[in-house]
Parts: sequence; C-alpha cells; structure tokens
Amino acid sequence: MHQKELYPKVYLYRRIVNAKLFIDNRYAEKIDLDNIADEAFFSKFHFIRLFHTIYKKTPHQYLSFTRIEKAKLLLAEDITIANVCYAVGFESVSSFTGLFKRMVGQTPAAYQSRQHQKIIDIAAAPLKFIPNCFAEKKGWK
Amino acid sequence: MITKMNHVSVFVLNQDSAFEFYVNKLGFKVHTDAAMGPGMRWLTVCPTDQPDLEIALMAINEGMMFTKESAAQMRSLVSNGTFGFGVFECDNLLVTYEELKAKGVEFTKEPTQEFYAFEALFKDDSGNWFSLGQKNTEKS
Repeated sequence: MHQKELYPKVYLYRRIVNAKLFIDNRYAEKIDLDNIADEAFFSKFHFIRLFHTIYKKTPHQYLSFTRIEKAKLLLAEDITIANVCYAVGFESVSSFTGLFKRMVGQTPAAYQSRQHQKIIDIAAAPLKFIPNCFAEKKGWK
Repeated sequence: MITKMNHVSVFVLNQDSAFEFYVNKLGFKVHTDAAMGPGMRWLTVCPTDQPDLEIALMAINEGMMFTKESAAQMRSLVSNGTFGFGVFECDNLLVTYEELKAKGVEFTKEPTQEFYAFEALFKDDSGNWFSLGQKNTEKS
C-alpha cells in the first residue's frame, strides 16, 4: 500500500519538513518566516503550531538555534567573530554576541578560545581526552 | 557494575565525508574534531539528545590498528554493508524519514510497523547500516 494511504499525515509532514529544510539551507540569508508559512500553504498560526509540535521549537526559535549551532562550528575554526556573525545570517555583532551568550552560556570569544585551547590540549596530552583503548591502538601517547 | 557506554566506534571510509553525513545530514553534534598528526584525526559526534555518548568516526587506514591487508578487507566489508552498528531513536519516524530522505540519505527499508518497533533502515555514506526507530508506538 502507498505510504500516503498508510500514513495520512505524511503530506502534512512533508510540508513542515520542507520548511525546516528551507531554514537549514538558507539560514545565512535574510529569511522571512511569513513567506515560509505561505509557501507551505498554511496560515501563519497553523504553521507555527505544527512546526512546534514536530520540532519542539517555533520556526523563529529554530532559525536562531540553527544559526548559533553553525556559528559554533565556524568559531572552532580560525574565523573571526565578526565574519562568523555575518556568515550565519546575523546583521550585527552585538545581537549575535547577545543571543550566543544567552543560548550557549558564554560569549563567542570565550567559546572560540576554549575550542582552540581544547585542540591544543588534546594534541599535547591525547590520553587526557581520548580513551586509552583508542589512543593506544592509534599510537597517540 | 557497568553503568553506561560513553564511546562507540563506527568505521568509515572517509572522515570528511562522514562528517558531512553525520553532522550535516543526520544533525549530530561534533564533540571533538582534532588533528592528531599527518593523516590522523580524532573525530567524535553525538546524537542531539545524548551528549555523553561519543560516536568515534574511525578512519580505516593502514597503521597501528590495521595492516595494509586488514585495512583493505575492512574497507571492503564496510562498503559492502556488512556491519549494522546500532539502533537510533527519534520522536517521529515519518518526519525524520521524510527529512533524511530529502537530504539524500539512502533508506533500505521504509518506515514499517514491526512487532518490536516502528522502524526504518538506512545506510551511512560508507555503507554501515542502522535501524531508526520511533520511541513511542503511535505512528503519526
């Protein structure tokens, strides 16, 4: 039997999943969440309610979450905070820093510094971070 | 008394490609990504709600762990889909299935109600397969 007949909500899910993937793919751009609701053929209220039911976040919260998670990955590399801020779709460093601190519990600068230090510490003393069985097998002593 | 597991290995053909698959497709979080010398990298990821279980994405390279012959054997076994490394869980299988499929994840079994679970099967970019189940029994 076709999946749509077995699971009648699949077509609804697909529309919400497409909206979520739109955010995943376009988080760095200026996204108008009202347009996403329109494209998903939902009223704004219905769209937000369904999105929240499935992903436990409103679309706006999910967009912020995605931007901050991508920022964490970029900060772990050697990229300046301002460049990370713009690369993930924020328009001002102060709003990026404020939201990052609220969501992660530390400033982007502190987070970046800790990530860099962690990499240095792992290279200097692998056994403090990597379980012995893995490190020994790899010769990381 | 053993109380929990905190590290598990998944052998992969290419760590860059595995990073793309596990982080950008499955949505796992990077726990540690550290270069350990030429051609060596300690890369672990965690499922979103399980930050204390590190999945080590282990490259199959000739070296301390593998001889040239055993590395070739292992690469062949992995790419041929010999290994099923575990069962992942999600809140809503139909949603997760639709999302992962849209991201290009290859499923070898569509969501199916089995007597033990509502589950689907998918493969990672190397050929390792996993079961994906829904934690409650309601399908939609």
